[in-house]
Amino acid sequence: MNETAGSGGGIKLTIDGVSKNFGGVRAVVDVGAEVKEGEIFAIIGPNGAGKTTMLNMISGFYHPDEGSINFEGTNITETNPSEIAALGIARTFQNIALFRGLSVLDNLMLGRNVLMKTGLLSAFMYWGPAQREEVEHRERCEEIIDFLKLNDLRKTPAGALAYGLQKRVELGRALAAEPRLLLLDEPMAGMNQEEKEDMVRYVLDVNQEWGTTIALIEHDMGVVMDISDHVMVMDMGEKISQGTPDEVRADPKVIEAYLGTTDHKEVA
Amino acid sequence: MAEQATLPEYMLQNARTMADQPAMRVKELGIWKTYTWSEYADQVRAFSLGLASLGFGREDKLGIIGSNIPSLYWAQVAAQCMGGMPVPVYQDSIAKELAFVLHHSEAKIIVAQDQEQVDKIISIKDQLPNLKWLIYCWPRGMNDYDEDYLKSFDEVQAAGRDFDSANSGYFDAEIGKGRADDVALMCYTSGTTGDPKGVMLSHENLLSCGRIFAANEDVRADDDYLSYLPMAWVGDTVYGLVISLLVGATNNCPEGPSTVMRDLRELGPTGIIAPPAVWEGMLSSLQLRGADATPLKRKIFAYFNDVAKRIEDLKFDGKPVPGGLALAGKIGEFMVFGPVRDQLGLRRTRWAYTGGAPMGPDTFRFFRGFGVNLKQVYGMTEVAGLVSLQPDDQASPDTVGLPCPGIEVRIAENSEVQIKGPGVFAGYFRQEEKTAEAMADGGWFRTGDAGLLDEHGHLVIIDRAKDVGALGDGTPYAPQFIELKLKFSPFINEVVSFGDGHPFISAMVAIDFETVGKWAESKALPYTNYMDLSQKPEVLALIAEEVRKVNQGLPAVSQIKRFLLLSKDLDADDNEITRTRKLRRNFIAEKYGPVIEAFYGDKKEVELSLAVTFEDGSEAHVDAHMTILDAA
Repeated sequence: MNETAGSGGGIKLTIDGVSKNFGGVRAVVDVGAEVKEGEIFAIIGPNGAGKTTMLNMISGFYHPDEGSINFEGTNITETNPSEIAALGIARTFQNIALFRGLSVLDNLMLGRNVLMKTGLLSAFMYWGPAQREEVEHRERCEEIIDFLKLNDLRKTPAGALAYGLQKRVELGRALAAEPRLLLLDEPMAGMNQEEKEDMVRYVLDVNQEWGTTIALIEHDMGVVMDISDHVMVMDMGEKISQGTPDEVRADPKVIEAYLGTTDHKEVA
Repeated sequence: MAEQATLPEYMLQNARTMADQPAMRVKELGIWKTYTWSEYADQVRAFSLGLASLGFGREDKLGIIGSNIPSLYWAQVAAQCMGGMPVPVYQDSIAKELAFVLHHSEAKIIVAQDQEQVDKIISIKDQLPNLKWLIYCWPRGMNDYDEDYLKSFDEVQAAGRDFDSANSGYFDAEIGKGRADDVALMCYTSGTTGDPKGVMLSHENLLSCGRIFAANEDVRADDDYLSYLPMAWVGDTVYGLVISLLVGATNNCPEGPSTVMRDLRELGPTGIIAPPAVWEGMLSSLQLRGADATPLKRKIFAYFNDVAKRIEDLKFDGKPVPGGLALAGKIGEFMVFGPVRDQLGLRRTRWAYTGGAPMGPDTFRFFRGFGVNLKQVYGMTEVAGLVSLQPDDQASPDTVGLPCPGIEVRIAENSEVQIKGPGVFAGYFRQEEKTAEAMADGGWFRTGDAGLLDEHGHLVIIDRAKDVGALGDGTPYAPQFIELKLKFSPFINEVVSFGDGHPFISAMVAIDFETVGKWAESKALPYTNYMDLSQKPEVLALIAEEVRKVNQGLPAVSQIKRFLLLSKDLDADDNEITRTRKLRRNFIAEKYGPVIEAFYGDKKEVELSLAVTFEDGSEAHVDAHMTILDAA
């Protein structure tokens, strides 16, 4: 996917002074950040810090009240989710959002929906270009199946899989859209240690083998510090620190706000 | 077709006479991809010359580690083309075992399937002074490695093609130098005692056994075989690679270890060989799926299962099958047997073998009753994997068949089975004293198995010769005999029995976690893990009943008097069994010493601290508390 990566001059995503209020609740307050081409960028923070709201604004589920978001030079502040997906941003959800009755393969094929070009009628007839396109899409999905080692599960209904595997299929579905920016909402949440290690491996592989830029939200501090190039720390809707994992770890504000009193609860 | 002396010569012949016919298939990205004989030969040629360009020559050893993928088979033949010896090793070996085999074999170059295997080799690199190059097949994850001895399979092939244009004629000349008695393969036997031994097999050893087998089963060029058993096991080479080269049959590689059963079904191979564990696995997966079927389907299945069993029993006893039952069998073939065979991928199967360990009579008769031509094969690494086969109409779970034409079997005085024939190996690599121990005068190989020839000339294996002992009062005691009877229970995975020199027979039983777990679920019995499940009073009672059933069929002196349920399964990583699941009795007797003491010291329970080894070689200790039961 390297060759399809955009020409953002090294910057994939620019978030500029965004704020979001829900009624009287100030979920995100004047946050700015830059995600560089090809990196793994993590947003961490305690519960209610505004992490998911940030992700929802990037993917277009919410629109910021103030500030702007730019993806590869395009202003996507007011763009709706389907158009953002078509621009090359894919995401996974904290609570698994798969079609439980469909097979793993069909879930992945659906992930390619944004890339399908043939019209409804020709797709219905499964003829000519529609058939060729379907075969191409299937090929890509098979590569993802191979990549994520889902080979023995391609015909298994997604709903019948263990939680950790469903998370992996979620990642696969997002990858199927061939995103240039991949947003992961707590990819390791609720997993056991082995599943976590597997998921970390896959996230790193996606980043390294395919050069996909990744922005992720994560609770598990250890994981984040190990794999991220840059980390942004949020608390109470505000950005309190940003930098490399080492810089963030050494930042007194982070230690105080995040690792300090709430240390055990949050890191666990 | 003309008879050739070496495996590479057969490859060249196939590439000439059946250039466009399939030689190998592999499922990649969900699609079966075919390589013809000419493509096969091209791949091998490029890789073997690539090896030559890296300095690999005659009698050099090529380590091979990974699952069944075409590149690794090509690597094997490529090494043989250059007069070298492939040394396939078990891919699930822990680092220590791997280091022993790769060091002892003096492997100069190692071909590894993927990053996982590469990491293992790198971790033991300092113990492998002979290793010059490490070649990996799958580039995934290999970007960040800067070890200067690493090369990709493609790079080596590219170098080979360059080498070819600079040294035309080199390839054919090297193959031409090959002789029938050159060592073509080095297989390390897992060995129930001591370190693994490197069995050297010549082209003649492999080809002669391949020829005997191919003639016996009428293996043809359009036959399909699925290579899914470990490459380090001699049978994979003989029944897969060698037969394929010999007659031009197609060798198929599964998509991955987890998809074998699915691939088997898609492929429908014409022949299959599997250890009893795989057959038993097929049967229990069938039973598990059956449990979820509708009551009507279950009734139909049960009825025809019974029909199949009765017909098979009559046939086995040589009695005529009454008309009504025969008709029910015909209907059963249409309604149940055929579809089941199709589900399992055995629809086109002409021959099916089980070997390596004895199989339960129920499993054996089930498959035969359902129309699978399941038979027993007997062989071991030192004789290129073939001694005896059962003819189609004399299949039985009790014998291992008639010695093959050209292979002689004799029973020595201590009832040890000894073999003479074209498959008998050239010796253990760098272990002359072990070779001398293994050979009796006149070229007879001592198998170490105790056995006899029955009235029909069939070979019957009783146990390992050295394991046959006697109880305190002199009653002969063959541990495996009793263990097998227990292992035929679906709830029991492994059994270790004791008795030699003791007043009575006792046994340690390892439950089958899956089936006992299912059983516990059906009884609404909560459990957390293997240890917890194995010590539940209900589970103890369940296994006690299985022991009672087995005891019923035995004379009083041979009955199991006391037993316990192990709180962990026996594991090859813990050295308790070999990779091919054979018990290491001495090691077990030592490790579980307190258990034996408790058995014969009339204790009711035993405490034990057990070492558990993980695949990366790290160890942990787990305290086990096990209850001893007196058998009914």
